[in-house]
This record gives sequence, C-alpha cells and structure tokens, in this order.
Amino acid sequence: MDVSQRIVLHFPPRITNQSIVCRLAKDFDLSFNILKASVTPGEEGLMVMELSGDQRNYDKGIQYLTEVGVKIQSLSQDVVRNEARCTHCGACVNLCPSGAFSIDPETRNVLFDHNKCVGCGLCVKACPPRAMELYF
Amino acid sequence: MAKTIAEINQKIKQGKAVVVTAEEVIDIAREKGVSKAAEEIDVVTTGTFSPMCSSGLFLNIGHSTPRIKFGGGKVYLNDVPAYTGLAAMDIFLGATALPDDDPRNKIYPGEFRYGGGHIIEELAAGKDIRLEAIAYGTDCYPRRKLETWININDINNAILFNIRNAYQNYEVGVNLSDRMIYTYMGVLKPELGNANYCTSGQLSPLLNDPYYKAIGIGTKIFLGGGVGYVAWHGTQHNPDVPRGDNGVPKEPAGALAVIGDLKQMNPEWLVGTSMLGYGCTLTVGIGIPIPVLSEEILRYTTVTDAEIFAPIIDYSEAYPKMKAGNLGEVSYAELKSGHIKIQRKDVPTASLSSYYKAQEIANILKGWIEKGEFLLTEPAAPLPGAESGITIKPLKERPVME
Ligand code: SF4
Ligand code: SF4
Repeated sequence: MDVSQRIVLHFPPRITNQSIVCRLAKDFDLSFNILKASVTPGEEGLMVMELSGDQRNYDKGIQYLTEVGVKIQSLSQDVVRNEARCTHCGACVNLCPSGAFSIDPETRNVLFDHNKCVGCGLCVKACPPRAMELYF
Repeated sequence: MAKTIAEINQKIKQGKAVVVTAEEVIDIAREKGVSKAAEEIDVVTTGTFSPMCSSGLFLNIGHSTPRIKFGGGKVYLNDVPAYTGLAAMDIFLGATALPDDDPRNKIYPGEFRYGGGHIIEELAAGKDIRLEAIAYGTDCYPRRKLETWININDINNAILFNIRNAYQNYEVGVNLSDRMIYTYMGVLKPELGNANYCTSGQLSPLLNDPYYKAIGIGTKIFLGGGVGYVAWHGTQHNPDVPRGDNGVPKEPAGALAVIGDLKQMNPEWLVGTSMLGYGCTLTVGIGIPIPVLSEEILRYTTVTDAEIFAPIIDYSEAYPKMKAGNLGEVSYAELKSGHIKIQRKDVPTASLSSYYKAQEIANILKGWIEKGEFLLTEPAAPLPGAESGITIKPLKERPVME
C-alpha cells in the first residue's frame, strides 16, 4: 500500500540534511518533494516535505530519520476555515490557545487570523458545523 | 394608538409599513421615546440561529410499485435510522439520530460527524439521499425491501416540525471539575476555563415578547430561510420562572414548537451540527415578527443585552446530577464583552448561537415585510403564560417490580 504524507523535519545542528534526505530515496525507495527548507549552518534546520512510497518502506524511512536524530512532526499547520460552513457562532473563540479567533465588536462577525494559528487542531473537532478543516 | 394586525397588514400591502429590527428599535426608542416609537413603528423583527436538538422532519416519499409499508419496519436515510411508527409511507427523522455503526462516545470524545441534522441540511440543499427500507409485508403492502435514491424535489412531503425551538433565555455553561468536559454547551475547559452561552439576547424572539403578548399559536415566521408557523408552545415550556422588572425570564422559560415546508427552505439556515462528545443536532434559523399592537409590546422589544440575565451553571456536577443552585447571574452585555467574572476568576466567554446570523435573519425578515412579501397572521390562540399553571417537572422514578 502506498502512502503520501506531509511532514515537518527538524534537523539538529550537528547533522547536514542533504545526505540524509538523499538516503530516503536511495535506501528506502521513497520519493520526496521538498515544500519548504530553511537551513542555517550551525543552527537547527527545518524542512517541510511530502514523502511518499510503499507503507513499509515509509515506516522504515521514518524510523531511520528518528534514529539519526531528526525530529518529525506531521504538518498540522494548515488549518483553514471553510467560509461557506462557518456560522459565526463564536464557539471557537475561547477554545483556541493562540487567540486566532476574534469577534468584530460591531458586526459580531467571527474573524480567523490564519497567521496566529499554531495548528493544534482543537477547533477542528470542536467547531459545531465543522467549518475548520485540517489539511495534511 | 392601538393598532390591529389587519391595519398593519394593510400598510404592508401598500409598502408603507415601518419595520425595524429588535436591535434598531433600541436606539429609536431611546431617541424618540417609547410612545412616539410605538406610533411610528409597525413591526419589530427578531432572529436567532442556534443548535436546536428537538428538531425533526416528517417525510412522505410516495408509494413504490409494488407497495411497501414502512410502518412497523425499518428505514434508513444515508444509514441514519428514521422512525417508522406511522402509516405506510410516512417517516420521521430526528436531528440527533445517528447511524447504527457510529462509535458514539466509545472513542471519547465522540466526533458525531453525521446524523439526522446533516440529512435535513442535505435534503434542503437538494442532494440525493439513499433510502433503505425493510418491511414485514402484508396482503396490501407485499414488498419487503426497498433501496432507492430520494430527492426533496420528487417526494410528496418534507415537513420540518421542531417540537422545541427558540428557547426564551438559556443557561451559561461552565466546568468546575479538573478535566475537560464535552457537553451540548460545547467543550468546557477545566476549572472555569471558559463559559459558553446560547441565545441571541436582545435579538431573540421570546426575549422581546416576554409575556407572549404578540407571538402565539399560528404566528407566521421565518423558519430555515422559508416561511413557517408557530404550531404550539414547545415541550418543557415553562412560563412560571423568576423574571426581572422588565418581565424577562432569568432562566430558561418559554419555548416554541414550529412547523414549515422544508421544500421552500434553504440549507444556509438549517445546518447539520456536531457537538464533540455530545452528538449531532441541527442549527436552525428562526425569525419572528412582533406586531406593535400597543406601547407595551413595543416597550418589551426595546430590551437590551444589559437587561437580560442568565444563570451560570456548572455542567460537570450540578447539571448532570440535577443539583439546584447556580454560580450567579450574568448579563448578555457582560457575556458579549468576551470575559465574565466567576468566583473572582476572569473567564473567557463564547456563544454557540450566532448573533451575526441572527442579525441577518432579522434583516431578511424585515426586507420581506417591507417589500410586501410577508403578511402577518393573527394568532389562533395565545401561548400559555404563568397563569396557565404549566410548569416542568422532573421525572418521579417508580421502580418496576417483576
Ligand atoms: S466555531 Fe466554527 S462555525 Fe463557529 S465561529 Fe468558529 S469556525 Fe465559525
Ligand atoms: S488549530 Fe488550534 S491554534 Fe489553530 S485556530 Fe484552531 S484552535 Fe487555534
């Protein structure tokens, strides 16, 4: 079975990411698509990639990354609001830990600031009409 | 100055009726005084858009060939069970119904992604719904199985009949325990982490007509984007509660049973809703016109959020265990400020009822009346008031012996 996941990789300062990423393809037969990379020598590197391949190889690849000290997170940053489903009730306002929602005091419109969202996912299941959608 | 509904309707037909929302009327009365405002204004429109669990839909899908009798059998709509204890082709779908294989709260908190409320929304949107039926077969209704797509445009009737909607005031839910709880008042964080409320306050229909002097059985209303009627007082209608000097109940009081043709409604105002850890329901849009028949009726509509109070209830202990008492009262103006004080703690608030959409409903209804598209009806009977002696009682359990 093939899988494809978007993941965030945190590289400790001591390892260079280039060779590690290449091994994903060479040793584990996985294909990757780098969506975002920020590497400053001597500092922690960050890379967002879409990694795909056979499930078993995928698991092995992830295990390899973990073993060499790379921290992996699933990409949960992308929480978007389906504007057509939002009823502007406000139930999300006091749940969001990062204050991404606010209410316009005049119109009582519920505003969502995507930039403040830390992707915790709390609002996704708690929004009554399920207007908050999580993309991986 | 007393006006009659017939006189107001005459003005509506001529396009001369003066219609304002329950929000606009506040400033107008403040500026001009109540009696001048009552003379000038003919209708005040209200609105609410909130999850309302006691909502449901009667369907008659038309006879199949050969005939099948749903009554006493089983019917599923997109895997959600409908009630069949009626005649051959009539079924009822409740907003909180869930598919048999929904894990419910086995995986806690249950997500409740899809249920009766979602089907009502999809039917209103004109989507096809899969119907599966099993019947026992009779001489006149021999068929035992049916599987078909249905669409609201093809079936005989789709009648929304909500037995308790538009609650007159509601509680503020909080959580005193040390763990997160999942309730119909939303997700409540531990140790007074948040406080949720659920009415549109100064825009809410029955808060603008606290003694039911204008709204009665037979009142024509905005229901789910179409036209409906008040059918009866809602279940648990409880007029005899403590009220402020302005007549406004200080706790949940009256409620309405409403009815209307789903075929002319709109999914924007009937939204399938999932309360995490609690269940599925339907968010219903209701707008009710209040005819200004007297100065007194107008005065009631000028109520502001600062003059409407709700009790704060602990949903971790007091509510589930039916314990009396609350953690104090708070006004809707305070609730809408975003923070309230409970036991000296600053608690962030949120609403489950959309004030933004309630405003929109009140304005849509105002537009219909101004354009002469919506005439008012004379109530056929009043809603029961405190004098009726109606109260809600808790269940007296009687042990069942073998
Ligand atoms: S809880 Fe959902 S529907 Fe309500 S305001 Fe937030 S995003 Fe919109
Ligand atoms: S995912 Fe978390 S941080 Fe982002 S908006 Fe939702 S609750 Fe706030």
